[in-house]
Amino acid sequence: MLARVALGLARDGQSAVPTMTRAMSSIKLPELPYSYGALEPYISGQIMELHHSKHHAAYIANLNKALEQQAEAEHKGDVAKLIALQSAIKFNGGGHVNHDIFWTNLCPHKEWQPPSGDLKALIEAQWKTLDNFTTTFSAQTAAVQGSGWGWLGYNKTSHKLEIVTLPNQDPLSVTGLVPLLGIDVWEHAYYLQYKNVRPDYLKAIWNVVNWQNVESRLAAAKK
Amino acid sequence: MAQVLPPLPYDYGSLEPHVDATTMNIHHTKHHQTYVNNLNAALDKFPELKDLGLVDLNKAVGTDKLPKDVATVIRNNGGGHYNHSFFWKVMTNPSNTNGPSGDVKAAIEASFGSVDEMKAKFNAAAAGRFGSGWAWLSVKPDGSLSIDSTPNQDNPLMTSLPEAAGGIPVLGLDVWEHAYYLKYQNRRPEYIAAWWNVVNWEQVAENYAAAKAGSVPL
Repeated sequence: MLARVALGLARDGQSAVPTMTRAMSSIKLPELPYSYGALEPYISGQIMELHHSKHHAAYIANLNKALEQQAEAEHKGDVAKLIALQSAIKFNGGGHVNHDIFWTNLCPHKEWQPPSGDLKALIEAQWKTLDNFTTTFSAQTAAVQGSGWGWLGYNKTSHKLEIVTLPNQDPLSVTGLVPLLGIDVWEHAYYLQYKNVRPDYLKAIWNVVNWQNVESRLAAAKK
Repeated sequence: MAQVLPPLPYDYGSLEPHVDATTMNIHHTKHHQTYVNNLNAALDKFPELKDLGLVDLNKAVGTDKLPKDVATVIRNNGGGHYNHSFFWKVMTNPSNTNGPSGDVKAAIEASFGSVDEMKAKFNAAAAGRFGSGWAWLSVKPDGSLSIDSTPNQDNPLMTSLPEAAGGIPVLGLDVWEHAYYLKYQNRRPEYIAAWWNVVNWEQVAENYAAAKAGSVPL
């Protein structure tokens, strides 16, 4: 995806006129697989619309801006600038990656099915029951200080599932785990509906978790 | 002695329309109350810390004065309790304040050029704090004013933290989403701009005088 060739030629001094191609094509806001109101009453349509069309959109806009600046800095060989851009790329890139996964992890309640197959087996092996898993996950995720996420990840080395919480928009990839299911606990994810009562949001959201999506992510991770 | 939730110096609706009454109510009676409750629960387990007082508890964050088992809880909830207690006081109904004047105005102009330039820097710090946190105008050890932001419930009193800017706060703004989301949603810059209308400059002046004398306002 990175069109590095033109930049590489410029650096080697082989091209008299360095061609600056955009390093990556701009990232676009993905469409939700359902309407804004489809997760009611567990997550309100108002929250879904703000969360998708404002918050996720802003991460993407800021990420695209940072990546453009990064491409320019690379072209100029401005390492100080490259370093200065890293936090913007982490914040906004993480925000994009995380929300991109999140929308697919959810589905309307009428489509809800419990975990099956490999996923069910792994959950039961580690937490005995789905209920015990969701209670444990919710407790850990409720305890996130400030903004962050709770994740169910797959460890490709141990072949086990792990529950991990991360601050801000740090993506699960920083831990080496493969993200299967993420639950956003930034206040914007629930405040309009649940106010300060984050545990109520965490109880409700299990009604709209798309376990089939989680299973297909697990299957892909195991390949 | 247990920590208590201080009453607001005004009604929940006093900061309307800039900060809405529902937010003030939930912010005070739920969020701040929870910090107080959690702090008291932690101090009950470590009663030797109760004698420190809230300000010294905050200053102890990041030092070995706080046992490892309770360090994080104190940082989050001792920080949260101090920050919010401080915050309620630096706000007031707009009719109650006459804007920056006297020593604090002179200090702002000396450090930033003008009040407007200070506000621009403060706005940038507040808008640019990623995730939850606070923006602060503080008096540094050398007496100058500076603007910083801190994550979560950290504050400038926590000078022993690795990335601490350090100082005595004279003005602070909560930019956790719970501070503005009900009215402003994702529009944090709009909240920040509106908030200047409710800054209690007389309290800021008092905070500045205390800070210059080396004492921490509360």
